[in-house]
Amino acid sequence: MTKVTMTVNGKAVCGEVEGRTLLVQFLRERLGLTGTHVGCDTSQCGACVVHVDGRAVKSCTMLALEAEGAEVTTIEGMADADGGLSSLQQAFQDHHGLQCGFCTPGMVMSAAALLAENPRPSEAEIRGYLSGNICRCTGYHNIVKAIMAASGQDVSAIAAE
Amino acid sequence: MYSVEFDRPATLEAALAGLKAEDAQALSGGQTLIPTLKQRLAQPSKLVSLTAIPSLQGICVADDGMLCIGATTTHATVAAEAGAHYPALARLAAQIGDPAVRNRGTIGGSLANNDPSACYPAAVLASGALIRTNARDIAADDYFEGMFATALQEGEIITEIRFPIPEAAAYMKFAQPASRFALVGVFVAKTAGGVRVAVTGASEEGVFRWGAAEEALSADFSAGAIAGLSLPADDMIDDLHGTPDYRAHLVKVMTGRAVSAAQ
Repeated sequence: MTKVTMTVNGKAVCGEVEGRTLLVQFLRERLGLTGTHVGCDTSQCGACVVHVDGRAVKSCTMLALEAEGAEVTTIEGMADADGGLSSLQQAFQDHHGLQCGFCTPGMVMSAAALLAENPRPSEAEIRGYLSGNICRCTGYHNIVKAIMAASGQDVSAIAAE
Repeated sequence: MYSVEFDRPATLEAALAGLKAEDAQALSGGQTLIPTLKQRLAQPSKLVSLTAIPSLQGICVADDGMLCIGATTTHATVAAEAGAHYPALARLAAQIGDPAVRNRGTIGGSLANNDPSACYPAAVLASGALIRTNARDIAADDYFEGMFATALQEGEIITEIRFPIPEAAAYMKFAQPASRFALVGVFVAKTAGGVRVAVTGASEEGVFRWGAAEEALSADFSAGAIAGLSLPADDMIDDLHGTPDYRAHLVKVMTGRAVSAAQ
């Protein structure tokens, strides 16, 4: 076992982990942050996306010890300071950007990373950025609409499809 | 995942020492290696992470004009920072996997693995790049030795890739949409010494140069110059995504598109 220290959602955390411990296992099983989901465990689906030093990564395909000293943000860290939904999360609710909700944590984390890089993405840019996040319910239209709305763009002309 | 020892040294020297252990394996971004470990397709006793070694990271232009990319530089960084010097290479990096994969996966990791459908081998071979390791420089023509096989020795670490910058270049990838690897990818580079064409995704032997197309394009750098050529399908990969004939045809189509894009 090796000690790992990182900052998760603004709080310093540490724990003893094995070499094989994945970042997502550390987050879920050691820190109890079960908002980050494991969908496929093969780095295809993106349900496990978190931010490491501000960049979206698949936490099922990164070892916990690789995050030594890093700043990690999970879906639990996305809420506003008062505990309410962030504007991005609120947009997902307003535009019904989810059905079963399993992929939603990864979708929100990828969308937040996209908006940090590109504050007013086009529909094509959003779809491209979400290429590593799979949703089996929605058909993506309302997710894309929610992200466009969260970036302050008018989505009233986009029909529900 | 099965139990494995893990070490994350801060210097190249310490990493080389760590890799002397029996069945030790270097780990870079892990975007191929970690899934491989999960499936137990590889079972090293020890992983030596290269991600905390600053000298292996970053992009610069050397005095001799070569674009030098540190081995653990991520695809995202190449996509963002190489464009000013070598736009075709930056565009290739921007098409690998998905954004989260690009934030972890590295150029050195891709080249050390030499997946027959990976994108970077095509760029390295077409550019005539140099693979620099802790021990030596390896020319691209001597580096790729077939599917998942390279000239790297046991315990040898890629430190940097040095790209001569061509006069014109483009990469055209026909992506397999589920994996986002290249079903066929063609990188065309035009230099003062002639045109080089490297093909990934198509052959059982991994990345290869298409000599007949290089000859035709060196005489006439236009998509029409390869119209009369056909590539034998003998060594092409046959799987559920495409037949050998289909892949051979795609190579020609993607080569033509790459030449047009490089104009």
